[in-house]
Amino acid sequence: MPLFDRKDKSRYATFTRRTVMMGGGVGSVMAVLAGRLYQLQIVNGDKYMTRAEENRVSQRLLAPLRGRILDRFGTELANNRRNYRVLLIPEQATEGVQSALDTIGRVILLTDHDRQRILRDIAANKKFVPATVAENLTWDEFARVNLHLPYLSGIVPDVGETRDYPFSDVLTHVVGYVASVSEKDMERDSDQLLSLPGFRIGKSGIEKALDSELRGTAGQDRLEVNAHGRVIRELGREPGAPGSDVYLTIDNELQRFVAQRLGDQSAACVVMDITNGDVLSLVSTPGFDPNLFNVGIKDAQYHSLLFDAHTPLTNKAISGVYPPGSTFKPTVALAAVDNGLGDLVVDCTGSMRLGDHIFYCDAWRIGGHGHVNLQRGIQVSCDIFFYQMAMRLGIDKIEQAAKLVGWGAPTGIELPGESSGLIPSRAWKLAKFGAPWQQGETLNTGIGQGYDLATPIQLCAVAARIASGNAVVPRITRVVGTTVQPRPTLNRLPVSDRALQAVQAGMYAVTNVAGGTAYGWRITEPGFEMSGKTGTAQVRRITREERASGLTPQDKLPWKDREHALFIGFAPSSLPRYALSIVVEHGGARSEPQVEFARDIMLFVQKRGSATLPTDYPVSAAGLVEPQNVKL
Amino acid sequence: MNTRPYAAARATLSLGDKLLEINWGLVLLITVIASIGFAMLYSVAGGHLMPWSGPQIMRFVIGIGLLVVAALVDIRRWMSLAYPMYAFAFLLIVATTIAGHVGLGAQRWIQLGPLQLQPSELMKISLVLALARYLHGLSVEDVSKPLRLAIPLAMIGFPAVLVLMEPNLGTATILVADGCSLLFLAGLSWWWILPAISGVVGAVPVAWHFLHDYQKRRVLTFLNPASDALGAGWNISQAEIAMGSGGFAGKGFEQGSQSRLNFLPEKETDFIFTTLGEEFGFIGTIGLLVLFAIVIGYGMRIAMQSRSQFGRLLAMGLTLNFFFYIMINAAMVMGLIPVVGIPMPLISYGGTAMLTVMFGFGLLMSVHVHRQVEIPRAAVGLF
Repeated sequence: MPLFDRKDKSRYATFTRRTVMMGGGVGSVMAVLAGRLYQLQIVNGDKYMTRAEENRVSQRLLAPLRGRILDRFGTELANNRRNYRVLLIPEQATEGVQSALDTIGRVILLTDHDRQRILRDIAANKKFVPATVAENLTWDEFARVNLHLPYLSGIVPDVGETRDYPFSDVLTHVVGYVASVSEKDMERDSDQLLSLPGFRIGKSGIEKALDSELRGTAGQDRLEVNAHGRVIRELGREPGAPGSDVYLTIDNELQRFVAQRLGDQSAACVVMDITNGDVLSLVSTPGFDPNLFNVGIKDAQYHSLLFDAHTPLTNKAISGVYPPGSTFKPTVALAAVDNGLGDLVVDCTGSMRLGDHIFYCDAWRIGGHGHVNLQRGIQVSCDIFFYQMAMRLGIDKIEQAAKLVGWGAPTGIELPGESSGLIPSRAWKLAKFGAPWQQGETLNTGIGQGYDLATPIQLCAVAARIASGNAVVPRITRVVGTTVQPRPTLNRLPVSDRALQAVQAGMYAVTNVAGGTAYGWRITEPGFEMSGKTGTAQVRRITREERASGLTPQDKLPWKDREHALFIGFAPSSLPRYALSIVVEHGGARSEPQVEFARDIMLFVQKRGSATLPTDYPVSAAGLVEPQNVKL
Repeated sequence: MNTRPYAAARATLSLGDKLLEINWGLVLLITVIASIGFAMLYSVAGGHLMPWSGPQIMRFVIGIGLLVVAALVDIRRWMSLAYPMYAFAFLLIVATTIAGHVGLGAQRWIQLGPLQLQPSELMKISLVLALARYLHGLSVEDVSKPLRLAIPLAMIGFPAVLVLMEPNLGTATILVADGCSLLFLAGLSWWWILPAISGVVGAVPVAWHFLHDYQKRRVLTFLNPASDALGAGWNISQAEIAMGSGGFAGKGFEQGSQSRLNFLPEKETDFIFTTLGEEFGFIGTIGLLVLFAIVIGYGMRIAMQSRSQFGRLLAMGLTLNFFFYIMINAAMVMGLIPVVGIPMPLISYGGTAMLTVMFGFGLLMSVHVHRQVEIPRAAVGLF
């Protein structure tokens, strides 16, 4: 048998043929692979490049520095303070997180509650994400951490920024406060900054009203991250724009004086520059520490603020509404003069009857005020005089005059939450109660009771308007960033000079002529005299039985049932520059406490010259012309 | 020519002659390809030789030694070693199945002293050797005889099933592909081939039933990557992003963000080709495929130049084995087939794979060196 035969030849031919076929197969597969590569890398290359970049680059928002809030002399009322904090990076804690917390717990105070929060944070994040161990450390604590750093593995000291209100509760109701973003805020505002952890937005006061200006615009940090989200390096940084500084018309020194003077009363006071409506001071007591809301207020603290009878959370100066009481009388008097009633003389016997109702005057016990003309009517605040006047004027004329002077409508002050107050009218009553207007209601309206309601800021604007004859509009912001805030034009009120002079004379008599309701608290220093009008607002109806059996003295009533004590005024009487309003809630226990406050405040503001001292608004705010004491 | 005596003069080449006969051009080509692998491993390690590139170079150097030694061993020696090697590899696989080291949830490794060995890698070479040895003794007509055919089918089937049970679908597929290719090349009749193909297609639903959950998931994910975009589909889509984002010229050496930032899974092993695509783009990937194609061309030429059927089948078997690696790996990382865990030969990091591939090239080179050796069909008997 031969070693090699025909069969060997045939299988060699078969092998070669099939190898060539295999080669064709290999070639086809290679062509498919090449085609797929072409499709991936050439046809769709750009698309995949974009997706690779999206993988690689993570954009992180950089919170801009919030703008400061300053008073007219450049004092910082809200600024940014360094926030010394301590972070823990779990993966760098070589002896474990527990041990790292034990060690740091010997350097700064950590409660069990803190520890639980930190451990929860760590468990929720990746091992390289820093967890906040402690915030708002004092410099001493922070220095101590840094000193011990060599053996605090995983602990990183860090300096952030946090909002600070150096004057605490004195300015709470003007400046407001910032706090964490709520879900509702997110719905209202699409700014992506709001989603930044730890971001704060304005929740009240100027912080809320001018939040977008103060906030600034977000910067962006382009970071290269790996598949686990760890930051590899920074690719680029756009710093964004810090928020604008806001200059208020407030004089912080005056503000502090007012707050101190009002003390622990539940009260509100507004002081204004009559020439331009600049609000120099706007105080509502008691205040609260706005820093509490920034760092996160505890439930117990919040509840004690919420249920305090003195309502510290309410800005009474703009949101509180009170029956204006006798402070409404000068307005009725203005209307009277221009309606030919300027020479009216009324004989006050202490009471008057209208239908089957008897209306009393404060002086009913001593038999009335006797003959009362307009000036004396204001000076002694004779109710009978104003009942008669109101009856003759009618509700329509009273309403018309009141609205001209600024009652019953919001002033437009740049603070959130202003109430509008109320001046009733026939139409209003019909709409509200479905009943026609009664004449008795005209009488009540004429002495500022009944349906009348006003806010302290309105009262101050009324005082400024009566003092100047101009439609003064209160404003509290002056410069935002480098933009001067426009002031509304000062229109002359459609009131005769004669009427103004008559009413001003009456208000002068209140504080400067013996027998005036506020004569005991007049300013005696020449050149600083104050004019004004007192008011008391009943918070409960006095029954006929009570009146018959003798009125309970106010200081014997429960606090909540005492009358509100009001005062509006302006000074100096000769050339008014400052207008003021004060409401002391349930202040009726002492005789006219609000006038005593007003006297001290008016003397302080005039001597200091809050409106005339050179301001410190930014120079770059070009075109800022400060009106000097213009002759009215 | 067909009457030349068995002991041909060419059969007794001196050592020096044999060294000269080695196809050094092919060795150079292999070195170039392996060097691309070293560069990619260096790149994915962030510009460091450790932990992958350095050891890989060491293994390659050892592999070159293995290649040369295997090339110098007479082809008839390899023929006589074919069955013992197959038996050895088969026993290792059985041992792995019984007491194998559990790695990656699958029994694929066996510990031999300091070496971790993947017996299934060794089996690919051994199967090719044993089948070439068996088919060498058969004429074209014999191959298609049922009883003759049953033996090689068993030789393919037993290890393939064991490997499939490890479970290692990729390697099992390659074993079956290697074996079937050799039967085809040996002249198996189309009357067997065509019904077999139809049978396989028909058996797909049945096979599906026996797949592991993770294998089913892979297939399903492959068919619809969006169904599991953050789970198993994530790997595929990240690999496609990496490959595609390379574009025409790539992002540049060490600039591949997908691999450097760990978006790529198993970037140093199965998905290394993706890194090449990301950093060197279409030029790089096509370039490597061309180099592979040249190697495959060399292999086929060596096969056709061999004067023995054993040599021809061995050379083609090894060449196709090499090709199947490339095909499955490339198709897998490009999203053409499900992920089955097959490395890219010469490029992927891995000791056993590198050494077996180099050993395979050694055998191929032995066929080349001994291409003039003629071996009678019945010279060494069937067994």
